[in-house]
Amino acid sequence: MARKAQDYDDIPGTFVFDAERSREGYGINMFCMSLMKDENRKAFKANEAEYLKKFPLTPEQADAILKRDYNRMLELGGNIYFTAKLGATDGHSFRHLAAVMTGSTQEDYAKMMLDGGRSVEGNRSRSGRDKPAGKTKSKSKTSKSRSKRG
Amino acid sequence: MARITAGVASSHVPAIGAAIDNKQTEEPYWKRVFSGFEKSKEWMAKAKPDVAIVVYNDHASAFSVEIVPTFALGCAAEFPPADEGWGPRPVPTVQGHPELASHIAQSVILDEFDLTICNKMEVDHGLTVPMNLLFGSPKEWPCPVIPLAVNVVLYPPPTAHRCYMLGKAIRKAVESYPKDLNVVIFGTGGMSHQISGPRAGLINSKFDKAFLDNLSKDPKKLTRISHLEFMREAGAEGIEMVMWLIMRGALDDKVDEVYRFYTVPASNTAVGHIILENKRKAAGKRPAGKVAKIAKIKRAAARKTIDIRRG
Repeated sequence: MARKAQDYDDIPGTFVFDAERSREGYGINMFCMSLMKDENRKAFKANEAEYLKKFPLTPEQADAILKRDYNRMLELGGNIYFTAKLGATDGHSFRHLAAVMTGSTQEDYAKMMLDGGRSVEGNRSRSGRDKPAGKTKSKSKTSKSRSKRG
Repeated sequence: MARITAGVASSHVPAIGAAIDNKQTEEPYWKRVFSGFEKSKEWMAKAKPDVAIVVYNDHASAFSVEIVPTFALGCAAEFPPADEGWGPRPVPTVQGHPELASHIAQSVILDEFDLTICNKMEVDHGLTVPMNLLFGSPKEWPCPVIPLAVNVVLYPPPTAHRCYMLGKAIRKAVESYPKDLNVVIFGTGGMSHQISGPRAGLINSKFDKAFLDNLSKDPKKLTRISHLEFMREAGAEGIEMVMWLIMRGALDDKVDEVYRFYTVPASNTAVGHIILENKRKAAGKRPAGKVAKIAKIKRAAARKTIDIRRG
């Protein structure tokens, strides 16, 4: 079933963890929660694909986890506070994951943050609708479209 | 009666906790952040609250996706620090105030805020980082704490207006508590940040500055910010700032801004901090000389150049 369009889908580069994604991504997030325990981290690392069979995941979701495709995990219902536990299992911080999700190198991302972060200018809207009261143009396709990258 | 005398807002970035735990606070990157809280610790040492109510959000520590309460009030006698995947933070166990907490629960539920009651709950960096920033790193926390966990992880969080009104109900509850207690309330999280997706790293200092200004002077204006606007302007995770409005709702309409600090970045986040005091009531129990000291701190705060790297 196609995802129901939401006003916040207009925000570029953003996967809002809403009720629909939460329902679809339950398996991803419960898998990530399991990584809070050291024994589970070890079991996962020993055989990742096998470990994932314990959770209700679609083939796309399992694939995104195995490939560490963090944006795809969010798109398929993962939430960053949960997927960050997968990142931590790999020894990565929130900032490391953020750089990965933006497609930057770690150095470039760290520099962007030190320089004041990603500007909101040009990053408010996919449709060019900058202000809530502004004009709306046709929305781009939801799942495939990639955002502008600052 | 018990009385809420002041409100504190502060970011709760996990990397700040890691910097404390790994003793990196003197490194230039972190010193810039921590130096902004020196005055605040002095203020808190003088404010000496009997109880702190800390509004925060859990980050998949106490609550997974199995149970997602919109407002969860901690009524337990103690709240151990959660293991967030790297072992629990080396901070003291947070002591609760079950008597006042259950009084608040009973009062606000009858005021139509349907809280979840937590008699067992672990607390994560969302609560302990702001406590470090205001209380330092003592062997024991100096006062009991009532945690109020707000869902800002699963969309939609409660609206800004709802949060503000809950603050008012909490104030009413505190003021109907018979014992004489000095209560300080914390709003935590924010300010602008996005840590998820290709737009991660978003910071909007202009939005943050206006938010701080209005928090102080015109909080009702902030209660009209929609979730869409929060996420568009302040980043997907910037929506956490609704929690600051619970704190603000629990204060007088007119408050004294005692101190403010803002810096970018800490990890992925704009760090914001403000201290607001209710105007002194004639029969207040503050020691003499307090008012003069406040005025002094206020003048110092006004002189301080706020570190805004951009915007």
